[in-house]
Amino acid sequence: MGLAKRIIPCLDVDNGRVVKGVNFVDIRDAGDPVEIAHRYDEQGADELTFLDITASSDDRETMVHVVERVADQVFIPLTVGGGIRTENDIRRLLNAGADKVSINTAAIFNPEFVRQAAERFGSQCIVVAIDAKAAPAPAATPRWEIFTHGGRKPTGIDAVDWARRMAAYGAGEILLTSMDRDGTKLGFDLALTRAISEAVNVPIIASGGVGTLDHLVAGILEGKADAVLAASIFHFAEYTIEQAKRHMQSYGIEVRL
Amino acid sequence: MASIAIIDYGMGNLRSVAKALEQVAPAVRILVTHRPEDILQADRVVFPGQGAIRDCMQALQHWRLVEVVRQAAANKPFLGICLGPQALLEFSEENGGTPCLGVLPGRVVRFDAALRDPVTDERIKIPHMGWNQVHQTLAHPLWSGIPQDSRFYFVHSYYLQPAAAIAAAETRYFITFASAIAQNNIFAVQFHPEKSAHAGLRLLANFVGWNPT
Repeated sequence: MGLAKRIIPCLDVDNGRVVKGVNFVDIRDAGDPVEIAHRYDEQGADELTFLDITASSDDRETMVHVVERVADQVFIPLTVGGGIRTENDIRRLLNAGADKVSINTAAIFNPEFVRQAAERFGSQCIVVAIDAKAAPAPAATPRWEIFTHGGRKPTGIDAVDWARRMAAYGAGEILLTSMDRDGTKLGFDLALTRAISEAVNVPIIASGGVGTLDHLVAGILEGKADAVLAASIFHFAEYTIEQAKRHMQSYGIEVRL
Repeated sequence: MASIAIIDYGMGNLRSVAKALEQVAPAVRILVTHRPEDILQADRVVFPGQGAIRDCMQALQHWRLVEVVRQAAANKPFLGICLGPQALLEFSEENGGTPCLGVLPGRVVRFDAALRDPVTDERIKIPHMGWNQVHQTLAHPLWSGIPQDSRFYFVHSYYLQPAAAIAAAETRYFITFASAIAQNNIFAVQFHPEKSAHAGLRLLANFVGWNPT
């Protein structure tokens, strides 16, 4: 027995409200981050991730208040991502009660930002989010490229090299999203997940494509992920977190029940 | 009114610790403070911490809290969290070797990056991050109502190697390490009770009601 593999529901937050639909039958306010966080905590979520998709940076302060309200009442780890560009952004979210922040675009434009942030705040709270897409076929071995802007802009950076570099710069964890699979419900890109997980010695969260509970199992057993992140299968109450954990457990995966 | 001082020396966010204590002890005054008089007058003291140990020891010196921590640890219910218990031991390997407070016997060492799982051959991931089992090795009031082998949330790259007599729990992550230590009025945990859902809140409630003799 030992460390459990984690299940992490991810919530998109726009201007303080959870969006892209959460559909629990008996929830009073499906847009309230606090109520939804409570619900996931009760179901046994191991952590929560909030992705701030607020378009205007003027409204970013709203996210700080969301984090405060959630962290004051829900006592599991919270990660916040979306639009984090400065040390001050990080400090405000940590002071509000976030345990980790997830850095994506800012790391690509300025990799030193990750190093500085890890030195200042500690690796344990710096997650680097990597959005990767498979490169066009003829290559002998598969490779993946980093994309920005929701998968629209290629950067030419190799995903495995990038993961190694970010871990070396002090990232404490990597949130890996397959842009090929995101939203498809076809399951994780297992080859990508495994390639990154074996390349670095920090924990990997697999993301993008979960449609069934078997996908979660495959992410751990074949993808070698340390944690799995999913949105829609939990938000629409297709499965509870507990059902997902029991399913994983039936395959011999250690979970917290 | 009873009071608990959470020692604030600039090492990590203490808001969650304070809110979790408020949740389990609504009638107790919770202070997040670096003022020596607050700490010495409080009924109970929480010594948290996050980050690197050298920064931690420098911050304690900067705030003139070294003797205050020693005094509090000598005579009142005292709970160390995460970096807290590491600072209480004698020495840490971190930052090229850092002398610590030496309130309790033992040292702090880094997880060996070369460790592999003997069955699966998978390589260790550092930090040790997530929910792991805490096997209680000592009957103690702070474990009251917490089932044996309950899971708590951990995030750390260095672990406690205390003198055997003060271990209160152990946890397995490639190796077996002390995840809690206890001596007299001191109880200190490597994990984060304030982020460990029900089990963590129960441990904090037990601390609030603990009266070591």
